[in-house]
Amino acid sequence: MEAAKVTLSRKARLGAALRRIWAPFRRVSLLSWLLGALAAVVMEQIAGTQVAWILGLSKIPFLFGFAIVLETAVHTPSALPFVLVSAVLYVSIIYILPVLLVARLTTGLGNRIAAFFMNRSFFLGVVVHLVLLYATIHIWSDISDYRVLVMRLTLIAIMVTLSLNLVNGYMGEFSCSHPGFMALGAYAASVFSLVFFVDDRLFGAPLLPASMGPFMFPLGLIAGGLVAALGAILVAVPSFKTRGDYLAIISLAFMFIVKSLFENLEFVGGPRGMGGQPEWASLPVVFGWAILSVWIINNFVRSTVGKAMNAVRDGEGAAEAMTVNTQKTKMVTFLFAAFWAGVAGGLLAHVVSYVNPGSFGIQKLAEVLAMVYFGGLNSVVGSVVGAVGYSVLSEALRSLEIYKWIIIPVLLILVMIFRPTGLIAFKEFDVAKLIAPKDERIEGEEVEYAPIAD
Amino acid sequence: MDLFLQNFFSLQNVVNALQLGSFYALIALGYSMVYGVLMLFNFAHGDVFMTGSYIGFFIASGLVGLSAAGILPLPNWLILALTIMLAMILTAFVGMAIERIGYRPLRDAPRASAAITGLMIGIILETGNLAILGASRQKFPELIPTVTIEFAGTRITNTKIMIVGLSLLLMIGLHQFVRRTKWGMAMRAMAFDFVVVPLMGVPLNAIAALTFALGSALAAAAGIFFGMAYPILDPYMGILFGWKAFVAAILGGRGSVLGAALAGFLLGFIEIFVATIFPSTFRDLIAFSIILLILTFRPHGFFGEPYSARLRL
Repeated sequence: MEAAKVTLSRKARLGAALRRIWAPFRRVSLLSWLLGALAAVVMEQIAGTQVAWILGLSKIPFLFGFAIVLETAVHTPSALPFVLVSAVLYVSIIYILPVLLVARLTTGLGNRIAAFFMNRSFFLGVVVHLVLLYATIHIWSDISDYRVLVMRLTLIAIMVTLSLNLVNGYMGEFSCSHPGFMALGAYAASVFSLVFFVDDRLFGAPLLPASMGPFMFPLGLIAGGLVAALGAILVAVPSFKTRGDYLAIISLAFMFIVKSLFENLEFVGGPRGMGGQPEWASLPVVFGWAILSVWIINNFVRSTVGKAMNAVRDGEGAAEAMTVNTQKTKMVTFLFAAFWAGVAGGLLAHVVSYVNPGSFGIQKLAEVLAMVYFGGLNSVVGSVVGAVGYSVLSEALRSLEIYKWIIIPVLLILVMIFRPTGLIAFKEFDVAKLIAPKDERIEGEEVEYAPIAD
Repeated sequence: MDLFLQNFFSLQNVVNALQLGSFYALIALGYSMVYGVLMLFNFAHGDVFMTGSYIGFFIASGLVGLSAAGILPLPNWLILALTIMLAMILTAFVGMAIERIGYRPLRDAPRASAAITGLMIGIILETGNLAILGASRQKFPELIPTVTIEFAGTRITNTKIMIVGLSLLLMIGLHQFVRRTKWGMAMRAMAFDFVVVPLMGVPLNAIAALTFALGSALAAAAGIFFGMAYPILDPYMGILFGWKAFVAAILGGRGSVLGAALAGFLLGFIEIFVATIFPSTFRDLIAFSIILLILTFRPHGFFGEPYSARLRL
């Protein structure tokens, strides 16, 4: 009894201390944070190499120092303390310090600008935030090709995770067919590019001048998405007749069928796969599509259909009784999710310039499911966090080789046990709230938020 | 054409299909029981099959080694019997451990979350195996000298007959257990309604552990039979077998022992006979297409009854 009281008060004291440290940053708006991040990456661009050199690191640590610390721990443990200190110093000097400093210094300005945007033109505000975000990402990635690749793959992972979250989180079904949809999209978009714009071993001379390619690329991606949606009809028609775990099995069988189909289609390369896609999926293109997908999917889940989705999940009979057209809702959602998975697959094919059936199997399924459930069901922010977190973790642990595939599953199991619906589940993503100025009086230190019911 | 038909309907193919089918059936039973009793997809089950196979491999190699060194001279058939029994018991404990670690803490969580833990435990088993034993493939020791029996123009090895026979025996045993014993009755009751039945004094945790233990023991038997039929083991062998058996379990109907066994054999027959007509790369494509077709017209499988999945999310 006494002990419990002590720990409680200790916890409260810790919380109070954290709040005191955080106090100067409570009124920092998103705009200021973005400015801070921009300052940090510019700083890295200008002085990163020198700082790394002074700290005794051979090059700029590419992933906030995680990768280099782990690599040292694995290969040369004797140098670990030195590298650890250097990495921490590097991250503090290059990232943390500028972010905090600039964010704090521009707090007033940022709030005023944000208020201006909110009052005059919300749209302009969003655009300015996106431009700042893109600039940050671009400058950060500019350090090395590896960062560009990781960044593009992460953005694609966000799209896939979001689209699967529509079915598994918002609609409460369990779909296993996303790798299949990605494969359909990837192959369709690749065939589109290769037939029209590339002189290729499989399809011969291009039908259109190659210079038109980048402008027609969105059409190819949309075609990929539509093909994936077409495939989704094959899954949806038989499986939405009954409720339950039916979709899980049908979609699993569908995934195997798609993979096996591409292995047997010789005109797209069979099991060897198909290469030579032009690298049109550059960072700005992928960023644009990712933002588009987040925007559209976020609007979708907040629309009437989105509400209907949740109603179907929570009680299909009740939803039906309340005049929700459950059949239509399920079909629309599933096809919509498949479309975005197809687009993401098409982008992926043009990032790595190669597709083969083997990469759209069980492994991919486990990865995508892990991202969705890690981040959180029924939540756009959760999906972004899940995809980014999983990708970063996966890259950071790369030097551990196969032990990576023990650590990641263990982490995920822990997340499942302690937060069964994922890290950030059931949160609405409200852009207006996100970019709003934060300088209204924040009062009431004693305000306690009610615990979120599980 | 005559020759083709003769090949197609040959006893050889039937025996091969029976052998392959018994692997699928034994694994599918584990899925089916867990799904029936707890309404969970145990995605780690394919890797339990792999684990059972490796456990059997170590026991068999150890006993053969002891026997050869003269410390514990045993006849080969006894080694085989001991291997099967010990491996089944040990793998049953592995299954119970999986239930305890991965599923019991999540009993009140959304079912999909439990499916994810299962998937992750499977990956841990595969990677753990790879990390401990390395990438080299292991060869299962030959315990029984292969004797080929000529019968009506076909050649059948004694191992195949033994595998099919023992598998059938195990399945009949399980069926009897579920039908006749008190524990089996408790399992069936739990499958009927796992909300109310625990209130009647049936211990949910014990039944769950029992279900996992039985399923894992059968998977271990399948693993050893697999090692005898195709003597090469590798850490990823459970994946494809497991997922296919999972689909077979659903095809059989929720919680139906008979259905899962039947669907397993059906899958074996489809795969073997497709491979005699088409190039073998078409095997998965056609097998899954047939299953998809069957499920379209019989959504609850062969012996399943319509039910409402209590999705708790």
